[in-house]
Amino acid sequence: MGRKLLLEKAHVEGIRTYDVYRREGGYRSVEKALKTMSPDAIVEEVKKSGLRGRGGAGFPAGMKWSFIAKPEGVPRHLVCNADESEPGTFKDRYLMEFIPHLLIEGLIVSSFALGSNDTYIYIRGEYAWIVDILEQAITEAKNNGWLGKNILGSGFDCNIHVQRGAGAYICGEETALIESLEGKRGNPRIKPPFPAIKGLWGRPTVVNNVETLAAVVPIINEGGEEYAKIGVGKSTGTKLISACGNINKPGVYEIDMTISVEEFIYSDEYCGGIANGKRLKACIPGGSSVPILPANLLLKTAKGETRYMNYESLSDGGFATGSMMGSGGFIVFDEDQCVVKNTYTLARFYRHESCGQCSPCREGTGWMEKILWNIETGKGKSSDIDLLWDIQRRIEGNTICPLGDAAAWPVAAAIRHFRDEFEWHVANPQESQLRNFGLAHYADDIHVPATV
Amino acid sequence: MSEQLFKVTIDNITIEVPAGTTILNAARKIGGDVTPPAMCYYSKLEGSGGKCRTCLVEVSKGSEKDPRPMPKLVASCRTTVMDGMEVKSATSPKVLDARAGVVEMLLINHPLDCPICDQAGECHLQDLSYEHGKNGTRYEFQRRTFHKVDLGDKIQLHMTRCILCYRCVFTADQLTETREHGVLDRGDHAQIATFIQKNLQNDFIGNVIDVCPVGALTDKTFRFKNRVWFTKPVDAHRNCSNPKCCGEVQLWMRGDEVFRVTARKDEWGEVKEASNGKTGWICNECRFDKKHTNDWVIEGPSHVNRHSVISQGHYEHLEKPQEFLPELMHRQPRLLMDIHSASEVNKPDIELSEIKGPAHSTDFNK
Ligand SMILES: Cc1cc2nc3c(=O)[nH]c(=O)nc-3n(C[C@H](O)[C@H](O)[C@H](O)COP(=O)(O)O)c2cc1C
Ligand code: SF4
Ligand code: SF4
Ligand code: FES
Repeated sequence: MGRKLLLEKAHVEGIRTYDVYRREGGYRSVEKALKTMSPDAIVEEVKKSGLRGRGGAGFPAGMKWSFIAKPEGVPRHLVCNADESEPGTFKDRYLMEFIPHLLIEGLIVSSFALGSNDTYIYIRGEYAWIVDILEQAITEAKNNGWLGKNILGSGFDCNIHVQRGAGAYICGEETALIESLEGKRGNPRIKPPFPAIKGLWGRPTVVNNVETLAAVVPIINEGGEEYAKIGVGKSTGTKLISACGNINKPGVYEIDMTISVEEFIYSDEYCGGIANGKRLKACIPGGSSVPILPANLLLKTAKGETRYMNYESLSDGGFATGSMMGSGGFIVFDEDQCVVKNTYTLARFYRHESCGQCSPCREGTGWMEKILWNIETGKGKSSDIDLLWDIQRRIEGNTICPLGDAAAWPVAAAIRHFRDEFEWHVANPQESQLRNFGLAHYADDIHVPATV
Repeated sequence: MSEQLFKVTIDNITIEVPAGTTILNAARKIGGDVTPPAMCYYSKLEGSGGKCRTCLVEVSKGSEKDPRPMPKLVASCRTTVMDGMEVKSATSPKVLDARAGVVEMLLINHPLDCPICDQAGECHLQDLSYEHGKNGTRYEFQRRTFHKVDLGDKIQLHMTRCILCYRCVFTADQLTETREHGVLDRGDHAQIATFIQKNLQNDFIGNVIDVCPVGALTDKTFRFKNRVWFTKPVDAHRNCSNPKCCGEVQLWMRGDEVFRVTARKDEWGEVKEASNGKTGWICNECRFDKKHTNDWVIEGPSHVNRHSVISQGHYEHLEKPQEFLPELMHRQPRLLMDIHSASEVNKPDIELSEIKGPAHSTDFNK
């Protein structure tokens, strides 16, 4: 059984309240950090831990913190990205809902490290009830002297503000988030300048995911080196995975990143296998934006090695035969699921969520959705598949923010690995409306050329 | 501060530009084919650019210090040059491919109603498609349509033609006291709007017409009056009482009639600097209300690039032929028919832009 650092206490009765959380050892990291450590030492500790951003891109958190500009007399800000709107991802929600004080604790330590006196939590608008939970936790923390002026006599002041979004996925992109937080339309900014130099109100800003900031607590408590011992390679510590789809036990799991994908899906400790005794067809391992993989490439890499649940292994093979850890939204498809339909659903999502600033993303996402709808409803042509490929190719890399890429990748991966299924839809317009393509050969062993 | 000069090579042509210059502006200094097209950047509007993606270029060498190429194509209007940078624009197959892709994307939902659009002849999207687009379309769906909106009695918004360059929003933001319009909704359903339909009443709001690269914002006082290439642009000025207005304009004339008044534009289609050194924005009064030659001091015909359709009138250095008919007939010739009045034959009350797909006779027999 793997170690749990974040959710270990999540089910202790009453852990949402300050008293229980404190009794269980909460806020120790704040005491340690503010009383015995300098801000630079905390950054150093986070660097040593190897913690990578949990919001999707996996950028080393300590490194990001060390980039923040420190001009004289200019306030700096820490912003917690709780916008969590990626289809398939619901881990931050779980953490904030069940153990809100862990996030607040992480935020205080991180704010101290970065010198942020006003720290913001930007939370997805639909998480309305969690706003109340967080504000309750903030009030309790303040009443007990963990927030406000001169915390623990250290001279450090800090307040945390919760701001609700208005229902836009794009506001999870860090610069769109900053615009929205400033009260503007949530359009991503053109980078550079990066937020570390010019972020919220033109001030140096760090934006981190909820899970990233919560992970700072065990890192400070146990030390960066101890934290780095969990996991493997550059995938240190534990990771929250929100598993959903056709599995027996959907939910949020904290894993240390040494287990194999196969174990994660089939063991009773985690997903408990495919529901209703069906067979595994495909999986999107890291939230809707990352490439979908057929069963055979999900469980084994193209080299025939076991694939593990960590950053390196999931992306082994690049986009040709691999995928990404992304935000940890693990979506499992059984043999009865239709990849064309799923791709259409995702395309519809990205068309709806594009901010519309850049022409390739604004127009291309809508175009792809329409073509996919045709294929899905038996009106597709075989030239449509190549056209889709061409459209996604011309969106990817040519836009302001990564939403363009995120819209292109699922389509590209679906065509790359499931072209047969698309072609079958086009060739059998009537039959495809009555039955699914099924598992086909997607779980067959991959022939691995023997190496000399 | 002495100006630091950076050497930059674009399509194998090297020039020196001050640090902080964007690749696009460096390329504009060289001119010609190396200059990437720009549909949203507007040098006079702060924060503009980066959106349309037509100006993408390849940076094959980052700088002298760090020669690594940039991994992705970059928007040349928002990327500043580094010393020793090497850029490929027209010489990069990747760029040409991406540019063709952007043109295609910009056109899939465009109504292509150039024959009835007042912007035709001075439309940047027309020029862009002509130079970088392909014949035919791969788009087989209904195009997105919007209702036309009157923004007051002088400006009409034809959202169907808009390419969401945001220029008009920046103009209203930066030139006028209050911004009354902006972008509503998002993605391919985003639109320029006032939210609650109302007038745009600021005394400088007319400039949004000049910055709009397409026919989405047009001058209602000129609407359907003439094709721009039948009118001749003449530089003129007046002593405008509005202190923010430079009073230097272009009159678009036919005979002695002033059809339209606009700000003066440079070779990139942007509003020119006025003689006072500031950007030559003009006020609504000059634009909409001064439609008589005696309102203006005429300076002479504007210079028009000979590649422009507007130069087809060859009016520069033109010698007016002698009118001989009146002399011969001892009276003015009589006109048989007034060609400027609208005929009812084509049912002008039918709104062409709301017909989805090609129009058929049935559309007119309803
Ligand atoms: C379209 C889009 C949506 C995003 N949504 C989220 C989100 O909901 N939550 C999040 O933490 N990061 C999201 N990100 C990633 C953020 O831009 C940013 O990389 C992240 O907040 C950095 O935090 P981290 O380094 O802790 O991962 C999104 C990115 C894009 C392009
Ligand atoms: S890629 Fe899409 S979402 Fe991102 S800035 Fe461009 S239009 Fe907006
Ligand atoms: S109306 Fe014209 S200026 Fe305004 S965003 Fe659309 S195309 Fe640009
Ligand atoms: S001109 Fe550069 S992106 Fe539009």
